[in-house]
Amino acid sequence: MADLHQKSLLQLSRGLAAGDFSSVEVTTALLQRIATHNDKLNAFITVTGERALDAAQKADAARAAGNAGALNGLPIVHKDIFCTRDVLTTCGSKMLENFVSPYDATVVERLQSAGAVMLGKANMDEFAMGSSNETSYFGNVHNPWGLDYSPGGSSGGSATAVAARLTPVATATDTGGSIRQPAALTGTVGFKPTYGRVSRYGMIAFASSLDQAGTITRTAEDAALMLGVMAGFDPRDSTSIQQDVPDYLAGLGESLKGLRVGIVKQHFDAGLEEHTGNAVKEALKVLESQGAELIEVDLPNLDLSVPTYYVVAPAECSSNLSRFDGVRFGHRAKDPQDLFDLYCRSRGEGFGAEVKRRIMTGTYVLSAGYYDAYYLQAQKVRQLIADDFQKAFKDVDVIAGPTTPTPAFKLGDKTDDPITMYLNDIYTIGANLAGLPGMSVPCGFVDSLPVGLHLVGPHFGEEVLLRAAHQYQQQTDWHEACPEDFK
Amino acid sequence: MSSQWEVVIGLEVHTQLATNSKIFSGASTAYGAEPNTQACLVDLGYPGVLPVLNKEVVHMAAMFGLAVNATVAPRSVFARKNYFYPDLPKGYQISQYELPIVEHGELFIPDGDGGEKRIGITRAHLEEDAGKSIHEGLDRNSGIDLNRAGTPLLEIVSEPDLRSAKDAVAYMRKIHTIVRYLGISDGNMQEGSFRCDANVSVRPFGQEEFGTRAEIKNLNSFRFVERAINFEVERQVELIEDGGVVVQETRLYDSDKDETRSMRSKEEANDYRYFPDPDLLPVEISAEYIEAVRKTLPELPDAKQQRICRDYDVKADDASILCASRAVADYFEAVVAATDAKPQVVANWVTGDLAAVLNRDGLDIADSRIAAENLAGLVSRIADNTISGKIAKEVFEAMWAGEGSADDIIEAKGLKQITDDSAIEAVVDSVIAANPSQVAEYKSGKDKLIGFFVGQVMKETQGKANPGQVNAMLKAKLAD
Repeated sequence: MADLHQKSLLQLSRGLAAGDFSSVEVTTALLQRIATHNDKLNAFITVTGERALDAAQKADAARAAGNAGALNGLPIVHKDIFCTRDVLTTCGSKMLENFVSPYDATVVERLQSAGAVMLGKANMDEFAMGSSNETSYFGNVHNPWGLDYSPGGSSGGSATAVAARLTPVATATDTGGSIRQPAALTGTVGFKPTYGRVSRYGMIAFASSLDQAGTITRTAEDAALMLGVMAGFDPRDSTSIQQDVPDYLAGLGESLKGLRVGIVKQHFDAGLEEHTGNAVKEALKVLESQGAELIEVDLPNLDLSVPTYYVVAPAECSSNLSRFDGVRFGHRAKDPQDLFDLYCRSRGEGFGAEVKRRIMTGTYVLSAGYYDAYYLQAQKVRQLIADDFQKAFKDVDVIAGPTTPTPAFKLGDKTDDPITMYLNDIYTIGANLAGLPGMSVPCGFVDSLPVGLHLVGPHFGEEVLLRAAHQYQQQTDWHEACPEDFK
Repeated sequence: MSSQWEVVIGLEVHTQLATNSKIFSGASTAYGAEPNTQACLVDLGYPGVLPVLNKEVVHMAAMFGLAVNATVAPRSVFARKNYFYPDLPKGYQISQYELPIVEHGELFIPDGDGGEKRIGITRAHLEEDAGKSIHEGLDRNSGIDLNRAGTPLLEIVSEPDLRSAKDAVAYMRKIHTIVRYLGISDGNMQEGSFRCDANVSVRPFGQEEFGTRAEIKNLNSFRFVERAINFEVERQVELIEDGGVVVQETRLYDSDKDETRSMRSKEEANDYRYFPDPDLLPVEISAEYIEAVRKTLPELPDAKQQRICRDYDVKADDASILCASRAVADYFEAVVAATDAKPQVVANWVTGDLAAVLNRDGLDIADSRIAAENLAGLVSRIADNTISGKIAKEVFEAMWAGEGSADDIIEAKGLKQITDDSAIEAVVDSVIAANPSQVAEYKSGKDKLIGFFVGQVMKETQGKANPGQVNAMLKAKLAD
């Protein structure tokens, strides 16, 4: 069983079904790997070993009794933004350092009902605000492809755990690229569904109109398997959409013949590092060789996406994070002198610098006298960007390009320059503003660091995205590359 | 106070909607439970939870909109009103701001000259209530009770069309009557289900622009509304006449001292940073939905009052009293339907004796110890001369005491009216015979003494003789 950790979720699923190994064996093996490697990586905030073994035993028993769910006995890791009942849920913040959730997020509940076994909770940027995992109160996460490199963020813990083979899959969330960017920088598959496809209930809100839950996996197939369980209408989330969930695995085998792939010219402009660009161009050639047709499309307002995002997201976050006031849960300052002191110190001590920066920005753009110039204006631009995408998808089935402008950067490199850090999400933010599904697929290496191919689909175009990625992975083996120290 | 000042008032009425569960969660809205036992994770604003709109509140708001001849918006939007307070768990209140569910309504109040005047309703919007801070008995700490957090409110904002405290009270009473007719609020003011803020300003008569206003917060009785406004008007007029200026501010009414005092100035006012709530979809209402709601509307107070005046020939004042409560009007109509007595007689009983005992015993009409059909039984016996109006009052008291129906009581107590001419004649004759001096006085022109003779006959018959017959017979005999 030496290579259980190298198996994909689907391979493990087949092995469990065939009786090749048990869930307890898989769980034990992965917990062992976490124990061995997590100190170097800091991918986990909480490891739920005992609970996992208990769940694995129950899963094995259920299988023996003929009651195996879709993910019965399969290991998963949750980003620590998802509320997990009776388990610490920190959102990467000192504010929630001691917060044990009294309930399960819908995503957690669905995966658990399908039989999945949670190994632990993944590290992340504080309240999902960051692109390098350096804003976590629980310390930096280290990229398994180079421990002094950032794995990206905010789902850096999830991406690192998957890349280092500590788990085959992890849940993650994406507000401006928080799934896709770390996936690209760690050589994993990051999948963000259409806004509203997966319930946000129990997912601690950063920017409600942009947040979407998704996955980090090593294969598109595993993303399809996970999405089938996670997706669907949830009456507890008014923004979740009432639409049938297709069998995402069913159509993966179809060829890419006739697939119209949109290429955005601006994506290959000066901002893109040359070798990263070359890797992406090679990937596009592979798609072409599989029968896809490359068509140039125009997204004229795309250059406005980063500034638009940094008005909308902070505005929503400034309001969403008001509930962390030291009154009912989370960090409370010691010996407050009065109410004002309680608020100021609880929040001042509980939040880190990046979170404070965004709360202040958001408060500013919503203030009387500035609302029209910033928030309202940003909403108008957001609509223009969404319209651009909609127009483009009249001519193409997917849009392809780079996920990030460069491969992973070193920890500490960009911490003093938030604007450069924000520009790391330049290619991914558009999909969030428009509510579209997007994914990153490993497409090569630059100086031994992975880079990703970014695919964006139309609303509810999950199937075509997954198919394109799966077919691409049939022709390439980038996703099989494993960082040397984690084989 | 100099009479050169015109008073301008606008009211914001907060009505708690009578839903079983909260506006954005499934927790109960029942009043009076132990603190924090009716607050779920959504009400507590826990990390990750989301609001889901209770569709019942949309229906209720639409009913109100139609009842005040307003536009029910095809699309309205929930917005967040951001401010920090310990009893506001999320750090924002979900309300409606730019696009409320109801706009451009109106209602009519008496103008004091026998006519009525129109009061515009600017808008009505849905929002959630906050919790309650408790400062007493906690040893210098504050307690938070979140049972009320998330209770649905409809905030109804009037145009500045009210010109006196009396107008304001009439308007507020009208809204109170309407929401209770619609069944969308219990209107219970003690429990805070119905309260208002008053925006008050004064200006010289003839001046078009408004004076600077003060907002008096949280008035929870009709009496307080009247007193607070009167105090505030006087304060503003005195201030201006003494050369001062009114500042825009929020004031609180202290009912113990009967005065308003400053709470915070405009400069200290919060910037609420309203923006559309991204957790909730816009409320879309179709024309079909509005028509379906319209069909469920009950008869409204004004229409009911007019109909009762017209169809039953009841005096306007009585009809107005009857229609102040839908339950009272329904009771009245139920009595009328069950008797041949004149509706005005029924109205007299309902607004008179029945109202008095209900008030005395602190009961609602719904808890009346005399059911409508039983009151009908009583007035029927008056109408068919079985008992006199005076005996009826005795029967009424017995019915209230639970001694049975009117017929049972009349039978048991032998209260049936004496209508037999020969029986009455015997008593009349004996009374005339027993009072020769009064007979002489009467005959010499002192007509008023007829009352004395009637009284004597009634006394002899324990009130059971038919007063009309007694009267006629006495007059005939004494004329001889």
